[in-house]
Amino acid sequence: MSNVLSIQNISTFYGPIQALRDVSLEVNEGEIVTLIGANGAGKSTLMMTIFGQPRAKSGAILYRGENITALPTFQIARRGIAQSPEGRRVFPRMSVEENLLMGAQVVKYADYDSQLKMVLELFPRLEERFAQRAGTLSGGEQQMLAIGRALMSKPKLLLLDEPSLGLAPLVIKQIFGAIRSLNRETGLTVLLVEQNANQALRLAHRGYVLVNGALTMAGTGAELLAKPEIRAAYLEGGH
Amino acid sequence: MAYALQQLVNGLTLGMIYGLIAVGYTMVYGIIGMINFAHGDVFMIGAFIGIIVITALSGITAVPLGLLAALIISAALCGLYGFSIERVAYRPLRGSFRLAPLISAIGMSILLENYVQTSQGALERAIPNLIPGGITLMRQDGFAVQLTWMQIAIMAVTLVVLAVFTYIVTKTPLGRAMRAVEQDAKMAALLGIDTNRTISTTFIIGSALAAMAGVMFLLYYGVIDFYIGFNAGIKAFTAAVLGGIGSLPGAVLGGLLIGLIEAFWSGYATVAYKDAAVYSILAIVLMFMPSGLLGRHEVEKV
Ligand SMILES: Nc1ncnc2c1ncn2[C@@H]1O[C@H](COP(=O)(O)OP(=O)(O)OP(=O)(O)O)[C@@H](O)[C@H]1O
Ligand SMILES: [Mg+2]
Repeated sequence: MSNVLSIQNISTFYGPIQALRDVSLEVNEGEIVTLIGANGAGKSTLMMTIFGQPRAKSGAILYRGENITALPTFQIARRGIAQSPEGRRVFPRMSVEENLLMGAQVVKYADYDSQLKMVLELFPRLEERFAQRAGTLSGGEQQMLAIGRALMSKPKLLLLDEPSLGLAPLVIKQIFGAIRSLNRETGLTVLLVEQNANQALRLAHRGYVLVNGALTMAGTGAELLAKPEIRAAYLEGGH
Repeated sequence: MAYALQQLVNGLTLGMIYGLIAVGYTMVYGIIGMINFAHGDVFMIGAFIGIIVITALSGITAVPLGLLAALIISAALCGLYGFSIERVAYRPLRGSFRLAPLISAIGMSILLENYVQTSQGALERAIPNLIPGGITLMRQDGFAVQLTWMQIAIMAVTLVVLAVFTYIVTKTPLGRAMRAVEQDAKMAALLGIDTNRTISTTFIIGSALAAMAGVMFLLYYGVIDFYIGFNAGIKAFTAAVLGGIGSLPGAVLGGLLIGLIEAFWSGYATVAYKDAAVYSILAIVLMFMPSGLLGRHEVEKV
């Protein structure tokens, strides 16, 4: 298995506040890796640090062996990494179609039609709302759009920050199913942040646990699911 | 009636020139949230490049060709000015405190005015009317309503330029990138958009439009000096605010309205207070519609 993403001892700060402490993590080709942790643990910070927003103060981030720590954000995206970020961040005054086109900007539209077909099959709702302004979509629809937009670039590494947020259980199931099948059929590599630790750990090959900006545990999904401290901290009342 | 029609024609012509300048203000405001006070001076430089090209080509080429050359060369060179202004005066201050680029913009404006004053002289420069004549729309009580060829040319050029511009902004990847950066620059970068480049492009396009407005101002009035950018700049800025800063159709609408207010006020009241009339109407509109005529006020989920 070749290494896709290698995060080596990074620390990230917001002004004087340290959000990530010496975090190291690996994602290999064809893997689904999940990152779980409580609110404010630093999960979204880690996802954004991969894109240099904010930049890691120390440590290194390697993408397929290339050091991307200091690359401009747009260059990192053009390497084939896509993110559905926290807060969805759809372009509110653009239509659903235009948001999806923005997602495809990197691939220069070569695969636009096939990617669009795939995304609309995954989220038929988006097809119904194709011409609607994204700012007027419901929260769940915006979430679908953010994920769809990330998929439009035909990424080699997909970062998903709480994709299940605000979605109905049935749609969550659908999205997790889609991630699994994309992973199996196209070998898509995924780094997934989830509150829904139970489902995430079942889906993922491996997982990491982030506490107060530092990684405290790592293991396969099944290993982590079995750990009593994980069950106590992240799964109580779980499904 | 006839007299009113004449003011309408005059007001629309002037309004189109304001509208073209206002688009540049509103674009830059939309994308980086600052008022580019040097924009009026780019307009002024556009007029000067126009007079240089027209003078150089006069007698060598046919008039329409000369004017077309003036428009294109002026737009291209001013695009370069806009690009450089952003690079030199604004980009280094990005992420600094909010007033910093504003102060830098005022400095840039003074610099450009002085540069033109020293290199081109402080005196007025004039050209003859290159498209004389026109058509008489109607006669009433001995008053003839004139629509000059020059006015027709200015309106036609503005409409074509605005049509091309609208197409670029609404339909092309470049226009989409510009709007994306305006709405969420960080997310645009996450999707592979080079935001710095997009901002540069915005300055280039806005400056090119101002340059063409400058050339048309020169053709319309026949007289320019190094200081025309100040007045026209403030009018166009007012137009952008009146229409709703950040809104492109609003900028054009605001420009047309201000041109009309000026023309009608000058025609029916007194030329002396036409600027006061413009700003009074701006104040009244903003009292009732704080975000301008076409400014954003719809609720958005974020
Ligand atoms: N822009 C910012 N400025 C200052 N502090 C920030 C900023 N963004 C995040 N933080 C802080 O950094 C820490 C990590 O935040 P982060 O958003 O990465 O958490 P998270 O694990 O994604 O949480 P959640 O599950 O609630 O999304 C928090 O303490 C947060 O308050
Ligand atoms: Mg988060």
